[in-house]
Amino acid sequence: MSFLAIKDVHHTYFTKASATTALSEITLQVEEGEFVSFLGPSGCGKTTLLSIIAGLIKPTHGTILLENKPLSGVKNQIGYMLQQDYLFPWKTIEENILLGLKLSNQLNDETKRAALDLLKQIGLSGIEKQLPKQLSGGMRQRAALVRTLATEPKLLMLDEPFSALDYQTKLKLEDLVSKTLDEFGKTAILVTHDIGEAIAMSDSVVLFSPSPGRIHKVFQMPDELKRLSPFNARNHEAFSTIFQTIWKELESLESRKE
Amino acid sequence: MSQGKNNVNLLHKNYLHSLSIERRWVRFYQVVIFIVFFSGWEVSSQQRWIDPLLFSSPSKIWSLFLEKFHDGTLLSNLGVTLTETVFGFILGTLLGTVLAALLWWSPMLSKIIDPYLVILNAMPKVALGPILIVALGPGYSSIIAMGAIISVIITTIVVYTSFKEVDPNYLKVLQTFGANRFQCFKEAILPASFPTIISTLKVNVGLSWVGVIVGEFLVSSRGLGYMIIYGFQVFNFTLVFLSLLVIAVVATIMYQLVELLEKKLIKE
Repeated sequence: MSFLAIKDVHHTYFTKASATTALSEITLQVEEGEFVSFLGPSGCGKTTLLSIIAGLIKPTHGTILLENKPLSGVKNQIGYMLQQDYLFPWKTIEENILLGLKLSNQLNDETKRAALDLLKQIGLSGIEKQLPKQLSGGMRQRAALVRTLATEPKLLMLDEPFSALDYQTKLKLEDLVSKTLDEFGKTAILVTHDIGEAIAMSDSVVLFSPSPGRIHKVFQMPDELKRLSPFNARNHEAFSTIFQTIWKELESLESRKE
Repeated sequence: MSQGKNNVNLLHKNYLHSLSIERRWVRFYQVVIFIVFFSGWEVSSQQRWIDPLLFSSPSKIWSLFLEKFHDGTLLSNLGVTLTETVFGFILGTLLGTVLAALLWWSPMLSKIIDPYLVILNAMPKVALGPILIVALGPGYSSIIAMGAIISVIITTIVVYTSFKEVDPNYLKVLQTFGANRFQCFKEAILPASFPTIISTLKVNVGLSWVGVIVGEFLVSSRGLGYMIIYGFQVFNFTLVFLSLLVIAVVATIMYQLVELLEKKLIKE
């Protein structure tokens, strides 16, 4: 049985003026330790699906199973990282990264030490007592990653976490996140509209088509790319081949719309 | 290189110098306005260009100040008004914040209450004075209630708006950690709204003075508001002016104190 199973999920948003179907017939399985990217044009329901998996939205239809158990009731199994760091500006970095542990009553000396160690491992030492605004964008996003990982979630959701960063920082963070997730053997889902980022980081890329959001195609990344770090993967010859393939699929989605 | 650096230092020094000159001129004109106003008042009263019975004069106010200060009546009246005002605006701000929290807690409640808030906000709260005095008795409690009631509704509206405007992504972060509604309020909504709450505190200081002075007009037993209404009744306008000036000074000090508190609490 799969680690994460999404079965026939539909979701419709209701407003006064209309009912918009954001997702339709989504069935997908993710294995443990796998890194999956959701790729697609804006408005194809990627973020909606992520919110549903994270349990933030209840789908109008369908079920999500994590290790064969329904999502409701399993708390803190899922970590969620947003476009921006959303570190709380009035809390110090230490208070920020311990927030998840505090909210779930898991905060003790041991978990606290583990979280602070993680902060060091990720290259942020000696900033525990500082406020987020004293840090650069890349450092803040790294601190946000530590906050997400501190509760030891089984599944990690990354909602375009690199989109607000400059290109150089983004490339470095891709490598760091990829390495960190490998070390901890975490399963992760990344939402992005950046084809290169999806290919470089993932084991498989799920391409969505818009209105209503459906799974258009799933691409398995070649083994030689999976083994490489995102930065090196970008320079591998297999990268441009698969980039072209996905690019053409995206183009065909665009033209179909018109 | 060092030549250039010296030059920069010199320019910076010049810049600072020009700033301090400007500051001195501003102070100078402020003092000039003060002196011209009070000496003009004094002279025109003594020369009878204005009616000294109505407009009094700074020297008469000063001697009355010394007299009232020495017999202790000024301080005791000031103490009464000050206590009422401080309680009034703290109570108003606290109650307003609690009400705003209730409205945030229950969106249903906020929808139901909305038109009533609009009506209560539009209504002049001091008009409730007579009812409060009858209900709570002519004493501290009714005057404090006046000081509080004048600011509570506007505080509720302002603070509730700021609660609603907190970036929903902060809540999303908390929800992914499994936070309940109370934790969301405590960790995100309330601290994110602190600056707004403090700034309503500043507005409420001014409002509470209005409420308390009007309350003392109505109750007429003690306080600076009582001194004004008493001076008016016995046609002692020197007493009225004395009370006004004391109120102006004390209200300014109080406002500055709240501003200081704001700077302490919001370290930005």
